[in-house]
Amino acid sequence: METMNTEITPIERVGLARHPQRPYTLDIIKNLFEDFVELHGDRRYADDPALVGGTATYHGLPVVVIGHQKGRDVNERRYRNFGMPKPEGYRKALRLMMMADKFNRPVITFIDTPGAYPGVDAEERGQAEAIAFNLREISKIKAPLITCVVGEGGSGGALAIGICDGLLMLENAVYSVISPEGCAAILWKSPTQSALAASRLKLTAFDLEGLGVVDVIIGESSENRVNDSEIYQAIDKQVHAMLLSLLGLSDAERRVLRFQRMRRLGEWSQSGI
Amino acid sequence: MSLFSRKKKNLEAVPAAERRVTTEGIFVKCPKCSTALFKRELEENFQVCHSCAHHFRLDARSRLAMLYDEGEYEELDAEVISCDPLGFVDTKPYPERLEQARRVSGLPEAIINGRGQVGGHLVFAGAMDFSFMGGSMGSAVGEKIARIIDRAIEYRGAVITFAASGGARMQEGTLSLMQMAKVCAGLAQLDEAKLPFISVLTDPTTGGVTASFASIGDVIIAEPKALIGFAGPRVIEQTIREKLPEDFQTSEFLMAHGMVDLVIDRRELRAMIINLLNFMMPSENILRLLDEDKEALPDTQ
Ligand SMILES: [Zn+2]
Repeated sequence: METMNTEITPIERVGLARHPQRPYTLDIIKNLFEDFVELHGDRRYADDPALVGGTATYHGLPVVVIGHQKGRDVNERRYRNFGMPKPEGYRKALRLMMMADKFNRPVITFIDTPGAYPGVDAEERGQAEAIAFNLREISKIKAPLITCVVGEGGSGGALAIGICDGLLMLENAVYSVISPEGCAAILWKSPTQSALAASRLKLTAFDLEGLGVVDVIIGESSENRVNDSEIYQAIDKQVHAMLLSLLGLSDAERRVLRFQRMRRLGEWSQSGI
Repeated sequence: MSLFSRKKKNLEAVPAAERRVTTEGIFVKCPKCSTALFKRELEENFQVCHSCAHHFRLDARSRLAMLYDEGEYEELDAEVISCDPLGFVDTKPYPERLEQARRVSGLPEAIINGRGQVGGHLVFAGAMDFSFMGGSMGSAVGEKIARIIDRAIEYRGAVITFAASGGARMQEGTLSLMQMAKVCAGLAQLDEAKLPFISVLTDPTTGGVTASFASIGDVIIAEPKALIGFAGPRVIEQTIREKLPEDFQTSEFLMAHGMVDLVIDRRELRAMIINLLNFMMPSENILRLLDEDKEALPDTQ
């Protein structure tokens, strides 16, 4: 686990991140958490099976755990809407985070989505508003927030549950503003340029650590890149360490650091034109 | 060097898309109703067709001039511009695209920040410009929005944004995405400072800009018939494989679905904003009236 594989190309990582045998949120919850109670619905419109969450015990500590959920067979994939949440999914996630805040419990989120669902009904119910509202409101939460990108980090649909104090990322996960296919179609006007787009977008864990977006990379086995049995231990080790370090800070300290963390992201020039 | 550079009223500029037409001759043809419009009259009419009320796209500086009292404002943060954090090259290197955008738009970045008075209230405004790389939000745009929010908190002013954007700037990858978090975190602090944020949505506002600051104003105002949405219409059509409703993702569609407070003609926009700021901004006048009322109350002890 110590020697991370930097030989894999970005487009290969995209393939690994999307692989149907990768650990999904409910697999991780089953392996890392106890007493999980899945809670449902946004109290506004519906329950969204593409985004799951609930209460659980983590190393003896009560927490709220939330994540995107994909399906493995045809029926489950359709049921989970390929892991693409609608506004009700994001509103449910925020509701659960606010409950965590009320009881002063940490929140752990797992990201694995191609993106927020692009559909007429999602637009009608305010997909953009649901994401934006989460970005603002989650940043106000006092409880510790940990996010782990485990598969596909698909743009705003990923970020909407990804405001955090510490961002972890699996070695073979990706996190991007747009899919390589979408980027190739727009900028190169050619779907055959996806591999090039994937490399230019700097969407791997290593790239994003360099850009200051990712705090910790969770190494994966180089033999079995898809469903490595040690992967759960590796996630557990890093999430737990992050949680302990965040619990060592006061609510006020964490909030200051969280705002500073977001405020400094990005690179710009101060020189004018 | 002064901190702020002074900008005078500037109603001359028009978006690049229409520039070629408008600078040739004295007439502009309305793309909606084909009426020939006097260029001068169109400018005096806030770039709105007097025949069919079609709203022409506006450049960022004209937008700010229309907002502020006497059209006067100080431009802020002009020195904050995009760099190339990823070394991004598609069919052209990103720095070349930036150069081209600066040339075409005549602007340093896809948003222009201003500071001035609106109805006598201190307002920090950011106006996006679609002619600068589709008004896309990269690190510099995010930083500029974060700075007007910071200043509004420091000087107890209001924030007003005019969105005009195709979304996040792909050439800055995940750093663009993170600007959504950055500006929304700033707005969380503005909330806690009890200061106003009015978001004006103009044609077009989509993607990562819609899914961040633009959709969470205390009050959200849309210009008539603007394209506003999260996912692009083509992406949705490909996903659902059917034709989209006629007025889908227009201002009026959002209004019907409860996503905006008001759809307002540009010619009435400033008056409406002043009306709202009178409600939102801390006012000595209101405090005095409350004191007078308190004195007028009968003693209930
Ligand atoms: Zn007309």
